[in-house]
Amino acid sequence: MSQSSTITPNEKSDIRKEVAQHVSNWKGEEGNLIMILHAIQNQHGYVPREVAMELSREVGVTLGRIYEVLTFYHYFKLVPPGKHNISVCLGTACYLKGAPALINEVKSQLKVEEGGTTEDHEFHLDVVRCIGCCGMAPAMTVDGRTCGKVKPEDISKIIAETKSA
Amino acid sequence: MKNWIRVGCDTGGIAAGADKVISALEAEKASQKLDVKIVRVGSLGLSFADPLVEVGAEGMPTVLYGNVNEVSAKAIATDHLGKKKLVEDCVVASRKRGTAIAQKVAYILVKDTASSGGDKTEYIQTSIVDELKRQGVEGVQVVRMLDAGIYDRGIVVQVLPSEVTYVDVKASDIARIVTETVKGAKVVKEILFSEADKQIRVVLRNCGIIDPENIDDYIAQKGYEALKKCFAIKPEGVIEEMKTSGLRGRGGAGFPTWLKWKLTREVQNPEKFVICNADEGDPGAFMDRSVLESDPHSVLEGMLIAAYTMGASMGYFYIRAEYPCAIARVEKAIAQARERGLLGDNIMGSGFSFNAKVRLGAGAFVCGEETALIASIEGKRGSPTPRPPFPSVKGLFGKSTAINNVETLASVPAIINMGGAEYSKHGTDKSKGTKVFAVTGKVKNAQLVEVPMGTTLHDVIYKICGGVQDAKPIKAVQTGGPSGGVIPEQHLDTPISYENLQQLGSIMGSGGMLVMDKNDCMVDVTKFYLKFCVDESCGKCAPCRVGGFQLLQLLEKISKGRGSLEDIEMIRKICVAMQKASLCGLGQTAPNPVLSTLRYFESEYKAYIDGGAVYARKMAKILAGEAPSPAAPAATNK
Repeated sequence: MSQSSTITPNEKSDIRKEVAQHVSNWKGEEGNLIMILHAIQNQHGYVPREVAMELSREVGVTLGRIYEVLTFYHYFKLVPPGKHNISVCLGTACYLKGAPALINEVKSQLKVEEGGTTEDHEFHLDVVRCIGCCGMAPAMTVDGRTCGKVKPEDISKIIAETKSA
Repeated sequence: MKNWIRVGCDTGGIAAGADKVISALEAEKASQKLDVKIVRVGSLGLSFADPLVEVGAEGMPTVLYGNVNEVSAKAIATDHLGKKKLVEDCVVASRKRGTAIAQKVAYILVKDTASSGGDKTEYIQTSIVDELKRQGVEGVQVVRMLDAGIYDRGIVVQVLPSEVTYVDVKASDIARIVTETVKGAKVVKEILFSEADKQIRVVLRNCGIIDPENIDDYIAQKGYEALKKCFAIKPEGVIEEMKTSGLRGRGGAGFPTWLKWKLTREVQNPEKFVICNADEGDPGAFMDRSVLESDPHSVLEGMLIAAYTMGASMGYFYIRAEYPCAIARVEKAIAQARERGLLGDNIMGSGFSFNAKVRLGAGAFVCGEETALIASIEGKRGSPTPRPPFPSVKGLFGKSTAINNVETLASVPAIINMGGAEYSKHGTDKSKGTKVFAVTGKVKNAQLVEVPMGTTLHDVIYKICGGVQDAKPIKAVQTGGPSGGVIPEQHLDTPISYENLQQLGSIMGSGGMLVMDKNDCMVDVTKFYLKFCVDESCGKCAPCRVGGFQLLQLLEKISKGRGSLEDIEMIRKICVAMQKASLCGLGQTAPNPVLSTLRYFESEYKAYIDGGAVYARKMAKILAGEAPSPAAPAATNK
């Protein structure tokens, strides 16, 4: 995971600037750590280790404390997501209406595990809790676009569309 | 401009294609030079018919269209607005239902709602058209509708604009409808549907009607008048009004709202906080998202009133990061309120100063728990702490804090406006008012419903939501999510109240209501919920961390056909230990799905034990959808 050796001094100064920006945006706000981490993840798609280390220096919180928070919450990712991200909803309504079959279909078509990324980094599969679209269960989101009432046989089409998009 | 079109643009509507519908409408508006205002509104709650489009055209009744796509959007512009003709197979009938023909009949909607015997809608439509012709009536359009809002009542006919609705219409009634209703402006009493609408919209009063991103729309609906009224009646008056209303916390526990506010008010602390708990983690529930996306100002006004009553100076909306649309709309509402001086110093000249901020959750179910939620806003991991001290004494940043659920806060302005006494007319003795439920799962029409407390589960599922999908027999209803339990078919006539649901071994919870049909396996569903809780346990206390894991192991063992009757006894023991010894609500309630399925469906557990591996393999295939499902064992009565 440690990629610090591959980081150029230029990149390092970029990270420093970016973290300083996020921190100043939330300056003076009590309990701002989670909000800063959200901002970092929005920018990178995950929380890179180098950025977390820089954040630790900038705000004077130990890296352990930061990772304590990062690893506790499901929402924060520590590894880069794929080029395309598929999230299959496993809320109760979707579960009852066949989400497990959808997950199996995606897994077998893309040869990827839950929470994993394909070898070519094209697709990342997540299984998520309730995206709030229970009216159209079973549902999944592909790169933020929601697909409702999905059947296993629709999966290959959805994947093909995403690839060509 | 007198013509308007409202398009439901909540997460559900957008996911179903509301944006495409708007583009299609805008294109038609431009090319046909239509004089119409297209507004983005929130959700009416009828998720099954998303995306929804409501049309108000001059000289025509207001009509709601469901499952609109680009083709029907074009038809709405061309036919509805251009030729005053309704669009076929899209109309969602009005739930208001009139009892007299006040205006000349212009449209007749038809729908066959019988669950068996083939769809006779088109046959009836042709028959009515023929009859109108035979009797020489002109200028009445007969339209097939998408949804009648009435189910299993044969042919349903609704005449517009008076919204008089007929049910169980036979071919022989058609001549009478034309002669008496269309020509004679009289109601045919024998077939009139006169049941009052079961739903009462208090929390959802503005949802799907106003533009959630426009404060003026909210103000036009008496918005922020309640706050003004509160400044006049002073905090004591507000508490008195809330006490009269009988409102109890809608997050699940049902603690009286007035008491929470009074206790927090009495604490001597110069700095106090109000938190709106919008961390709707219960899978299968989307009431809070819907309210925040459709009417954020009502929640903000509720928060202002709560803060004024308790003397708080700062409020936090704690919203799930998974709800980007809700977050954006709440942030916009806060910004607009600040611009209008409804947030900031000396609001409306009352001397009361208040500010609100948004904080994001990050996907931890346990953060729905008060003390964990507070830790999360403080920027820490969401571990709960023992109570006392209660948040009202020592909460956020060590200051006195009151946490209210979205629905509770959204109810507050409505209660102040209508008066506590009026609100308390709805509901039962101990559970007053209305409650919003998200009815999903194997239900025909998944949607949000708002009903007075005391309505039966049966009415909600069958009369409002149309019963079970594909007309299968129902097995049970699950309420309260992973902290709740199942209510089997034989108890569906129970009036909904905090006490009744608890007595049946479930809870009210935040309002998720999941319908399960005869093919759903209760052992499997229980495993699903338990996995959820085990995954979400923060690991701080042993009863929850270890107990949940052990329960799951035992359930896995049983569902592989390797269980024994002793295992069931052990499951019961662990459940009791978890309930008694866990630190927070998550651990205390995690055994609920297990205990309640054991209470009503022990036979399904025993089938696994008796049937062994052969049975387990057979069930696994059925659950994976690889084999047809047989009739599942019946519920054990208790």
